[in-house]
Amino acid sequence: MVGIRSYGGYVPRYRLNKMIVFGGMGWINPANIMNAQGEKAVANFDEDSVTMATTAAIDCVTGFGREEIGGVYFASTTSSYKERLCANLVAGALAADESIRTADFAGGLKAGTTALIAALDAVGAGSANNIVVSAADCRLGKMGSVQELMFGDGAGSMMVGDKDVIAEFKGSFSTGHDFVDHFRGSEAKYDRQWEERWIRDIGFGQFVPEAINGLCEKCGVAPTDFAKIIYPCYYGGARKKINKTLGFEPDKVQDNMQAIIGDCGTAQPLMMLAKALDEAKPGDKLLVVSYGSGCDALYFEVTDNITKLAPRRSITGSLAKRADLDNYIKYLVWRRMVPADTGLRGEEQKWTRWTLQWRTRKVILGMEASRCTKCGTQQFPPQRICVNPECGAIDEMERVIVSDKGGKVFSFTSDMLAASANPPAMYGAVDINGGGRYVFDFTDCAIDDLAVGKSVDFSFRIKYYDAMRDITNYFWKAVPVAEEAE
Amino acid sequence: MSEGIRDKVVILGMGCTRFGERWDDSPEDLAVEAFIECLEDAKIEKKELQASWLGSHIDEINIGKGGNFLGTTLKLPLIPVTRVENFCASGTEAFRGACYGVASGAYDIALAFGIEKLKDTGYGGLPDSPAFGQMQAAIGPNATAPGMFAQLATGYSARYDIPMDRVKEAMAHVSWKSHQNGVKNPRAHLRKPIPIEQIMGAPMIAYPLGLFDCCGVSDGAACAIVTTPEIAKKIKPNEDLVKVKALQISVSSGEEALYTDWDGAGMLTTRKASSMAYEEAGIKNPRKEISMMEVHDCFSITELATMEDLHISEPGKGPDDVLDGFFDLDGQIPCQPDGGLKCFGHPIAASGLRMIYEMYSQLLGRWPEDRAVKDPKFGLTHNLGGVPNQNVCSIAILGRD
Repeated sequence: MVGIRSYGGYVPRYRLNKMIVFGGMGWINPANIMNAQGEKAVANFDEDSVTMATTAAIDCVTGFGREEIGGVYFASTTSSYKERLCANLVAGALAADESIRTADFAGGLKAGTTALIAALDAVGAGSANNIVVSAADCRLGKMGSVQELMFGDGAGSMMVGDKDVIAEFKGSFSTGHDFVDHFRGSEAKYDRQWEERWIRDIGFGQFVPEAINGLCEKCGVAPTDFAKIIYPCYYGGARKKINKTLGFEPDKVQDNMQAIIGDCGTAQPLMMLAKALDEAKPGDKLLVVSYGSGCDALYFEVTDNITKLAPRRSITGSLAKRADLDNYIKYLVWRRMVPADTGLRGEEQKWTRWTLQWRTRKVILGMEASRCTKCGTQQFPPQRICVNPECGAIDEMERVIVSDKGGKVFSFTSDMLAASANPPAMYGAVDINGGGRYVFDFTDCAIDDLAVGKSVDFSFRIKYYDAMRDITNYFWKAVPVAEEAE
Repeated sequence: MSEGIRDKVVILGMGCTRFGERWDDSPEDLAVEAFIECLEDAKIEKKELQASWLGSHIDEINIGKGGNFLGTTLKLPLIPVTRVENFCASGTEAFRGACYGVASGAYDIALAFGIEKLKDTGYGGLPDSPAFGQMQAAIGPNATAPGMFAQLATGYSARYDIPMDRVKEAMAHVSWKSHQNGVKNPRAHLRKPIPIEQIMGAPMIAYPLGLFDCCGVSDGAACAIVTTPEIAKKIKPNEDLVKVKALQISVSSGEEALYTDWDGAGMLTTRKASSMAYEEAGIKNPRKEISMMEVHDCFSITELATMEDLHISEPGKGPDDVLDGFFDLDGQIPCQPDGGLKCFGHPIAASGLRMIYEMYSQLLGRWPEDRAVKDPKFGLTHNLGGVPNQNVCSIAILGRD
């Protein structure tokens, strides 16, 4: 039986109230007040689609051994690289084996579900198993645009396998239309869109029903057979019309989270599916539809295995872990939409040595440590000579992944002198659970969240951005664990 | 057990520039200024120098690599110039090279030089540089010196369960005391008394270190000419001589940074180097026998923790001694009688020799009464280079013959 074995989701911690955006830019387009309800999830200054997809993928593989991962598919229209396979970064951060299938899916917004179908097909064909599909987007609208208010940041992830599936894959139907409602040219930073009435009536209004009807006909089911219908559409009127046309009861239509996250592009259907799975019961039939340059419609049936799945943060947990971003300008600086002065210190050269990145990839991406087989001391980064002064054994190390171990704050500071896109730079020594100590950046926190002995988790983040060479580099940072979770 | 170099080397002369923002002076100007004073003090001619060691830390904006800067600037007579770099211990490291050169019998007279021109960076604090190699640059935080030393304060407070307010109070006294001393020193960079309230209320640089918990950055140079006691007595037959009693260096083993036993409240290297230095100098009870100190107060918390690491204050009792005035100029062991890094600023490789210059001058009774330490016997200098969890510590002990 082929289907979804596991799932995960991620919504970044910061939420920007859309009225704050409107307060800054509403003057240029007062009608935008119509789009200014609720809040949008925004990636932290050290997050992008690669890091969010990684966080969702890690959530997805909760309870599974990393050696089980048989493939990693990354979908996004906002990759940090045009040439450099970002799926390899996600796979590296998952500490997956390197002899697996990795691919990036991009272009249209339906790329998230296309990656999912590709994984389902590959597993169905027996050519791969346990493929982790992770989609993330972090799309930008120009200041004052509709898109700025409409888009949000987030990620969704599914692991596709042929054993113990929590949702059996029953079939899919796809369309491809060169319908350019939104686009970005090869050099563009910001989304452009055509008239909204056209998008609403032809795009959503015709293509979504076309895909659903196509699937139902192909699989011999009726739209009303589904316990949950999951499709993205940020136009309330169009949603109502589609629901009415296809006979969907309002409570069976999955909320698109437009007022609490925003539209997350390629990740949107996967995030909505993850949210639906957070609440799904065995026997539920789920219909997932993507939208963008055509549609993919997928049909799943939830199995008993969903009750045995290890607990995870997913979308529901991520939504609960929130903080207000009360400063629109800060958002603009984080997204590099306006230039900010980080001082001369911030202009110092940051060299990326690709040879070093290659030979230490398992340390940098996978957070691989070493453990001395003589004395048992775990140490990071890996050492050849044991750091335990009582031991000092040479080349007696075994590999151990510590990215999922968490740790405790040993010392900390909040530094106003260090160059940072988000001062003060917070960092400090962390005792990694199981052994080893290293100085990490702290993120997703304020100075008051830090204390000696405080528990932290590790999160894959942007380490630094080299604007001169357009290089985004990644490593792990420490995130204080919320009190109630400790 | 090796016997060390106690009493085998005498400081024949020293020189030290005024430290500060020497905007209009080149490194060459600074070097010549220190050298003229040193040569006159040593009462020798340049041609008598047989070898030299040159300390400098940051190549990029300073004097470049190698030893050519010194040979060319001072027009040294084709003698060896060995450039040494060991973080903030670079100056003392140069001094150690020259002393070992003399103690070994390889040379009769040698020169130790430390210089750093930092105020060509265009911004405050030390220049950014990947001091711990490319791997750490790739994965370590974009840390600054205040940020790394600030963690000594959070670590210290947690280790001894002393409230941060009390630690801050002691730190403030450390800086207050150095400013009191620096006011009287014409070669210091910062010469203003700073009230305790101003120190406590200063803007935060790196929590919990405020502005006055941090030393400044400045330009400067200092140097020493060393020789054997026999030669010194011939050159200066009727003068007091200052002898080298001990020189020790200790470098982190990695256990502070990567292993989990280190308490984070002090420097293992200082604890080790100071013990070795006391043994070399024949000092049994440093709290009783050391007369004065110039220690590495890059940050007030460094000086505070160092009082314990030097085995002078009991562990966890540094704040008590500091607040009791034990280290004030009129206290039991005056610390930073010249104003310290706090008032001199910290041209990295010059600082160690600047400290030795102060101890040397105090031991010879050269300073006016208002800043003189009374009847000193042993003077100790201490440098701490790098950061608390990865560092080098150098200790020098000097004594009057």
